[in-house]
Amino acid sequence: VSSRRATGRVALAAIPLAFLAVFFVWPVGAILARGLWHHGSFDTSAFGTVVDDPGLAHVVRFTLWESTLSTLLTLAVGLPATAVLSRARFRGRSLVRALLVVPFVLPTIVVATAFRSLGVERSLGAILLAHCFFNVAVVVRVVGTAWEALDPRAEEAARMLGAGPVRGWWNVTLPALRSTIATAASIVFLFSFTSFGVILVLGGPRFATLETEIYRFTAELLDLRTAAVLSAVQLVAVVTAMSVAGLAARRSRGLHPLTAGSRPARRPTRARTRILGLTAMLPALALVTVPVIELGRAAFAHGAEGFGRLGTTPVGLPSSPLRAILVSLQIAIVATLLATTLGLMLATAISRGRSRLTRVAELLVVLPLGVSAVTVGFGFLIVFDHPPIDLRTAWVIVPIAHALVALPFVVRTAAPIMAAVDPHVRDAATMLGASPRRVWMEIDRRAVLRAAGVAAGFAFAISLGEFGATLFIVRPETTTVPVMIYRLLGRPGAANLDLAMALTVVLMVLTAATALAGDLLGTRRATVV
Amino acid sequence: MRSLRARAFVATSVVLVLTIAAACSSGGGPSGDRTVTLVTHDSFAASKSVLQAFTRETGWKVRVLKNGDAGAALNQVILTKDAPLGDAMFGVDNTFLSRALDAHVFDRYRAPGLDHVTPALRLDRTDHATPIDFGDVCVNIDEQFFASRFGHGEIPQTLEDLTNPSYKNLLVVENPATSSTGLAFVAATVAHFGDGWLGYWDKLRANGVLVVDGWEQAYNGEFSGAAEHKGTRPIVVSYASSPPAEVYFAKPVPTTAPTASLDRTCFRQVEFAGVLRGAKHPDGARKLIDFMLTRTFQRDVPLQMFVYPAVAGTPLPPVFTTFSRVSAHPFTLSPSRIGRDRSRWIDEWTRHVLR
Repeated sequence: VSSRRATGRVALAAIPLAFLAVFFVWPVGAILARGLWHHGSFDTSAFGTVVDDPGLAHVVRFTLWESTLSTLLTLAVGLPATAVLSRARFRGRSLVRALLVVPFVLPTIVVATAFRSLGVERSLGAILLAHCFFNVAVVVRVVGTAWEALDPRAEEAARMLGAGPVRGWWNVTLPALRSTIATAASIVFLFSFTSFGVILVLGGPRFATLETEIYRFTAELLDLRTAAVLSAVQLVAVVTAMSVAGLAARRSRGLHPLTAGSRPARRPTRARTRILGLTAMLPALALVTVPVIELGRAAFAHGAEGFGRLGTTPVGLPSSPLRAILVSLQIAIVATLLATTLGLMLATAISRGRSRLTRVAELLVVLPLGVSAVTVGFGFLIVFDHPPIDLRTAWVIVPIAHALVALPFVVRTAAPIMAAVDPHVRDAATMLGASPRRVWMEIDRRAVLRAAGVAAGFAFAISLGEFGATLFIVRPETTTVPVMIYRLLGRPGAANLDLAMALTVVLMVLTAATALAGDLLGTRRATVV
Repeated sequence: MRSLRARAFVATSVVLVLTIAAACSSGGGPSGDRTVTLVTHDSFAASKSVLQAFTRETGWKVRVLKNGDAGAALNQVILTKDAPLGDAMFGVDNTFLSRALDAHVFDRYRAPGLDHVTPALRLDRTDHATPIDFGDVCVNIDEQFFASRFGHGEIPQTLEDLTNPSYKNLLVVENPATSSTGLAFVAATVAHFGDGWLGYWDKLRANGVLVVDGWEQAYNGEFSGAAEHKGTRPIVVSYASSPPAEVYFAKPVPTTAPTASLDRTCFRQVEFAGVLRGAKHPDGARKLIDFMLTRTFQRDVPLQMFVYPAVAGTPLPPVFTTFSRVSAHPFTLSPSRIGRDRSRWIDEWTRHVLR
């Protein structure tokens, strides 16, 4: 039985791994080789000249420093809010959760404008604040999913036995959450590590990170040799960070008192609890709400004029904003299907056992978050350039790129939920004569559906907001909402600015609405289970 | 409850299938044989009616692929030269011209209309790149600021003036490493000061110059004279065509421009187009380049891209003739000189001004 199971695991992992190999490893490998592979041998001297440059050491240090601080700040702001959102039931909970996801899809350039008009000066502080604004959703979603599924009775038992609230949390709940917190932290770290627009606009030209340098050397200078070395340095840093996070996650394995169905959260009754809860959510709420309101204000600054022109094609652009919304939705649906299907296959393989293959897969799947969009984008251009797979101008390349970015989220949020299914229950069912299909239907299906719901919501939001990679592969027919906003901001005239802001509001509402719908659907399903 | 959820499920599935079907039907894009693909940068714009005129005259449809800013667009063309993304490229300027020519991305082509182009703009003697338009990168000022604080006559006039302490903390420029506007201004200082150009930048730095990443942030974010004026700095590196743009987009249309361009601080940018080597439709590409030099296209250029037509004698729209002036003595550098020294300038500039 076990060998057949292992074969099944390999087969499940093989398809997503093949996808990653073709659409990630190949293009990235090709662009790195273009920089380093000369006349049949590796140009190792490139490493020497670049690594000796004291400027690079500075860039690497700052990148690590900035992303570590961003991660810590995001956790500090996000975790208390997550605690309240997963443990307390109150009016407007779904709304708050939906609101916190909104920043995730907003184009950096628009957010940066909002921060600047709120009086935030260019500085390291501005960078950290913006990273926190964008990523608080990662903590709330990833950690919240696990927290809700956590049986509160263990902590309650500890409390009953005399532990204070802090000790009860620290000794019982935190260890159980450690792996998901490590996951969320590593994702936030990667996003901050590879952040581009925030560094340029809110940091200003004095700040340089590996990502901005790779962009400069690739897109502006076409110095692929230096860019390849920088990309290699970036990869090493990312793999190291992921391994550390993986270690932290593995240490906490076995302490997982996750139950398959989540217990409904409680309604706080005492005034003190309520105030405490509100205070815990306040930093996250304020951080997200203030810029979002500022964006709304900017959109309505000249009446609702921009909204009236969403249906007409602006000068110099290929289509109307309305058309871009439709395109974005289509792409998001395809990307979500792709990412969820492939991600769940991989998550199943990973959650069913640990082999070297699954461990490699776990690491590989996160790498697209840690590699420059420009590296992937330029890689696409040089790899998929010959019929029959000249994908460079094909529609499908955009959802594929989005799925690459969404895949790590799907795998990382779904795997813990699916791992919560006790394999002994499955074995027992098989022993009692249930067919594999029956076992799946009766035991795994619910966990899979729940995981799929959470993951699909994430993938959808990622696709709606993806900009960095899209910009390199976008075609007139595939102009998405973020690309359209960016193009509008690049055209002169206040009318285009109004339109861009109106479109931003539409994007925010769209995101909040999908998140809200997903949330309501998920809660309903949870109560049924 | 069950039936409601079932119905919701069916409804969702139907929407899903429909959108995907719609997506697939809109998928391929125009793939007809008579479509010429123009690869260009994000700032390219042409009126729909003008592109339709081209289709009417030649039978070729135009598909426009925008690939980032001028530098990124050219680099993608170079990277994909074995299997080009399109047939023609527009938007290589004189600061990038030598890179494009050295990489052999263009086929040789001499458009019949080239004879009508202002001779000073014909920078490619090898007939690979055809000049289409030009613009001047100049220092711009906020008229209102200087009217209220200094009175007339104390507006800076020259590059040297900007190092004067009375203009301390008033200037915002773009980073030449990430902005073609910024690079053009650095080129202006090299052309004017020669070997002493870094000394000039040291003085600017001491006088509180602010560097931002790109033109949009400088002009819309930091400059105080723009219509949306979010910024506080009254001196900015922008274009000779920025004052007419301010007037053109203002509602109601003002009688005087709120900003002015200083025509002794300008660097001339020339934009070129070429037939991509290995194009699927070199025929259509040549026709498109011919068309770009016709009066129909040239007249459209000022109000679409806010640059000046390259063909001498093309009538300008009133807002240009009233509110802008082509610099009489712009700074220039040869494309080969820029190509040779660009990286070194940017490195040295970064060390002197940012670090």
